[in-house]
Amino acid sequence: MAYSDKVVDHYNNPRNVGSFGKDTPGVGTGLVGAPECGDVMKLQIKVNLETGVIEDAKFKTFGCGSAIASSSLATEWLKGKTVDEAAKIKNTDIVNELKLPPVKIHCSVLAEDAIKAALADYKEKSATTAVAAASK
Amino acid sequence: MALKFPIFMDAQSTTPADPRVVEAMIPYFTEKFGHPASRNHPFGWEAEAGVDVARQRLATLISARDPKELVFTSGGTESINLALKGVAEMYREKGDHIVTTVIEQRAGLDVCKRLERQGFKVSYVPVQPDGLIDVDAIRKAITDRTILISVMFANNEIGTIQDVPAIGKLAKEKGILFHTDATQAVGKIPVDVEAMGIDLLSCTAHLMYGPKGVGALYVRRKAPRVRLAPMIDGGGHERGMRSGTLPVPLIVGFGKAAEIARAEMGAEAERLAKLRDRLQDIILSSVDEAFLNGRPDRRLPQNLNISFAYVEGESVLMGLNKETALSSGSACTSATLEPSYVIAALGASAELAHSSIRFSLHRFTTSEEVEYVGQRTVEVIKRLRDMSPLYELAKEGVDLKSIKWKAE
Repeated sequence: MAYSDKVVDHYNNPRNVGSFGKDTPGVGTGLVGAPECGDVMKLQIKVNLETGVIEDAKFKTFGCGSAIASSSLATEWLKGKTVDEAAKIKNTDIVNELKLPPVKIHCSVLAEDAIKAALADYKEKSATTAVAAASK
Repeated sequence: MALKFPIFMDAQSTTPADPRVVEAMIPYFTEKFGHPASRNHPFGWEAEAGVDVARQRLATLISARDPKELVFTSGGTESINLALKGVAEMYREKGDHIVTTVIEQRAGLDVCKRLERQGFKVSYVPVQPDGLIDVDAIRKAITDRTILISVMFANNEIGTIQDVPAIGKLAKEKGILFHTDATQAVGKIPVDVEAMGIDLLSCTAHLMYGPKGVGALYVRRKAPRVRLAPMIDGGGHERGMRSGTLPVPLIVGFGKAAEIARAEMGAEAERLAKLRDRLQDIILSSVDEAFLNGRPDRRLPQNLNISFAYVEGESVLMGLNKETALSSGSACTSATLEPSYVIAALGASAELAHSSIRFSLHRFTTSEEVEYVGQRTVEVIKRLRDMSPLYELAKEGVDLKSIKWKAE
């Protein structure tokens, strides 16, 4: 099976590989997939607490080339979006952009799950922070 | 010598034909094109003579007593089909039970699944963590209804060579027929159907530097005389066991490949084992948490199979595939989207099955290629681990098993 040029590009030059400290304020972390399935993605966002804009995003992925490309692309798209805008990223957008074949669609689904998990984690943490602040 | 790309290190999927093989085949396409069953003119005689020489060479390679014990087929898959289905149908009155293993190649497993649907019972003997099948486990699986034991000679993924003589002996003792899928072994390591007590043996030309499209099934004629129900009916070629016009050029090439293998096997195996060991050293000395699959001292000389923890096999191949052809047990590289059942059967975690890479060397592999592929593999693994969340977690001391993974 041949890979699309965009998948090859993201595989060879992955954008935003790395990690943020999980407990850093404004950071949301999503860890999805399972080692036994052959795909695990960790996707992190760093949100500006004043503006609600995602200032930075990072990923690490255990998985095939298409999984790496899907998460790399996701971090590119997340940067500069507000939390609400980010929630609108769909796996089909990733499929279209990377021209993923049907057998690789699950990689894009996983990337969408990773985005949702990171956003949920961020929201949960900011809610806890808000509660903590209110009770002071 | 300058490296020529891409480098082929996937020689357990197929091998390039030896130029000497191709040269031997050519006249049989054009000048000596006769039908070997044409008994009444020189064209037929010439073609038949070519087939006879090839049959003799193959018989010599596997120490068959009589060249007539070899039936030419279209390849390993057909040979396995003929052996298993042919025995099952012919000996059905005697029994309905077959003993095989979980690590057979797909052809063997799929034929057994079909036979099960037809009412046969099949016992799949598990494999030990080192890749060997315990002969006692085969013994325990045998019932008074068992008609056939079918165990592969050497595994296509991990290269582990089974204790075939012991299985042959057990089969004789119990009066049960013994088939071995020797597609990966014939031409690579010594195979002796007499000394090893083999009744049926499947092999193929394209894994021993011969052409694709031709294989053979050895069918013992004496002590015991094995009978088979044919799968293909027709002109009664190949002693009635496999009708169809013989592909004379392919058979001639197969014979030439057998002759070369017999003459060069010893030196070639030694050379390849050294290169393989070097490749293994380059990789294992530079990469932590890389695990050798299959028992090191009972491997095909050209085989190296390693699981690299925390990286996924297809992504490794993708990092190398412009320059090097390898194979992986990863689900993403298989049509079924399942990880290697062979590596999984060794008791390794499913994650390691996704992470296995098979390097298989061949007659034309050079030491320069080995050095290059070894170094590049190390680079690619390191790069992928730097972007692996699992490697990061493991380095932080997190037990990956303690995480509650959300599978899709």
